[in-house]
Amino acid sequence: MSRFRRRYGASPLHALAHLAAFALAGFALLQLVDARDAGNVLVWFIGAVVLHDFVLLPFYSGLDRAAQAIGGRVPAVNHLRVPAGFSALLLLVYFPLILGLSTPKLERVSGAPAGDYLGRWLLITGALCAGSGALYVVRSRRAAAKRPPGTSAATRRASS
Amino acid sequence: MKAPPGPFRPGFWRSPLRGPWLTTVLGTLLLCGVTVVAITGFLSHAAYEPGIGHNGIVDPARDLPLGIGWPAAPAWLYGLTQGLHVNVGLVTVPLLLAKLWSVIPRLFAWPPVASAAQAIERASIALLVSSGVFEFATGVINAQNYYAFHFRFVVAHYYGAVVFVASLAVHIVVKLPVMVRAYRERGVLGPLREDLAATRPEPPDPDGLVARAPAAPTITRRGLLGFVGAGSGLLLLANVGESIGGPLRPLSLLAPRSGDPGPGPNGFQVNKTAKVAGIRPEMTGDGYRLVLRSGDRELRLTRAELLALEQRTEELPIACVEGWTTTQHWTGVPLTSLADAVGAAGAGELLVESLQASGTFRQVTLTRTQFGNERALLALKVNGADLSIDHGFPARVIVPALPGVHNTKWVAAITFKGTT
Repeated sequence: MSRFRRRYGASPLHALAHLAAFALAGFALLQLVDARDAGNVLVWFIGAVVLHDFVLLPFYSGLDRAAQAIGGRVPAVNHLRVPAGFSALLLLVYFPLILGLSTPKLERVSGAPAGDYLGRWLLITGALCAGSGALYVVRSRRAAAKRPPGTSAATRRASS
Repeated sequence: MKAPPGPFRPGFWRSPLRGPWLTTVLGTLLLCGVTVVAITGFLSHAAYEPGIGHNGIVDPARDLPLGIGWPAAPAWLYGLTQGLHVNVGLVTVPLLLAKLWSVIPRLFAWPPVASAAQAIERASIALLVSSGVFEFATGVINAQNYYAFHFRFVVAHYYGAVVFVASLAVHIVVKLPVMVRAYRERGVLGPLREDLAATRPEPPDPDGLVARAPAAPTITRRGLLGFVGAGSGLLLLANVGESIGGPLRPLSLLAPRSGDPGPGPNGFQVNKTAKVAGIRPEMTGDGYRLVLRSGDRELRLTRAELLALEQRTEELPIACVEGWTTTQHWTGVPLTSLADAVGAAGAGELLVESLQASGTFRQVTLTRTQFGNERALLALKVNGADLSIDHGFPARVIVPALPGVHNTKWVAAITFKGTT
């Protein structure tokens, strides 16, 4: 092991690649420091990732763990995960429209009435849940038909 | 030093799916997405020709030398690149979320820093993740006209992209060996063939992605990737109709520009109404004159005089930076005919000024390539009818492959400058 690697912890290429990247990123960050409302850029730069890593991810992970605790004839968790995940994804991306935060502005600049985004999101969510629920019923019935009567759900889960 | 309790403890993370192979696959897909988004984003920057006139929203003296001389053909070029930017960006959102989920244990690595190399690497990853989330967050809400921030979107989104690309490049250099190893050991598609009974954690890895005390699997790896992919498809379906139109337009239930623009020849999307732009009817009435200038020469033309010139009709799109496109039949005077009328056939640039008193796009400079294209018009009519005031009456510019907002509405003056 070279002396450099022993003291630094990786190859010289590792250091050079990082220095090159930091130089370019530093150039861009300097331009932002001089731009209008640099403090606000910084708030968004840090705020967005903090919201993701310490609010959004723990929140959905917690919900997912709670959903995993639910049993049933067939594992129910994916029937909850999929519609809930899709609905939450649409809300995460389109919350300014769904919650009406930007629709007044959009109506003013475009001169056209904004769509009923909240209603559409609710309908999509409803359709996803209903579809997943219907699929769950079908799968549960099929699973019940395949199993000999008298086997409890708990023993089936343990054996799967 | 003992790790603090909670997420810093190796036993905290339970998912049996996390591991180098899963992160490698998600990273590969994410890389494809962000490559398209980054390239089309920088192309959009070039399409605005920020180096000439006052086009630059990013100060040209501080800009990177990325100008390429944006072409004026094919006409759908900007609609394609910007449609890709916005729609591939949306498709990439679930991949970004899944990728971040797959590596979240690394955020709580203990000890936080084991060597100088690791410290520098963690700093670059902090830049990568924060700039990545920043780019997606600002892009997505800007397309919905949600201005929750005070900074200038174009400037911050542009330099944020430079930070993202720089930190992504070094991340690829560092992680390429890990990715190659994961594909070699587990195969590119191998784990996708496993059903739930065969889904097991990957072998323990030095980075600690693989759970030490994994829970029983509740979904297969192909199930997880299918879930992510279907989420991408849903976002695409909810938006793409406003980019490509046709039968998909009514299916795009959450597209920002899905509001009904009304019937008739002028019934298509308006970016900014006359009222919002401060255009009053008296400014466009009988007193209206289009001013044409070249050097010392100046011509003032009424709208009737413009209509008396030879007209040309072209089917051309307006493609917005927000990703929506609308294609219409425009009738008007070729910009080259106006150049001839003031003896500026050899002009190199064209400055268009709007009746708008203020706003970033009240004036735009076009290159010779742009205004010299035979299909580039000063449009007076659309779909056979006079332009409505919201679509730029008395006259607007329409140039093939030009970013939407550079097709100036309510044109007050056109000045030809320089030589080719």
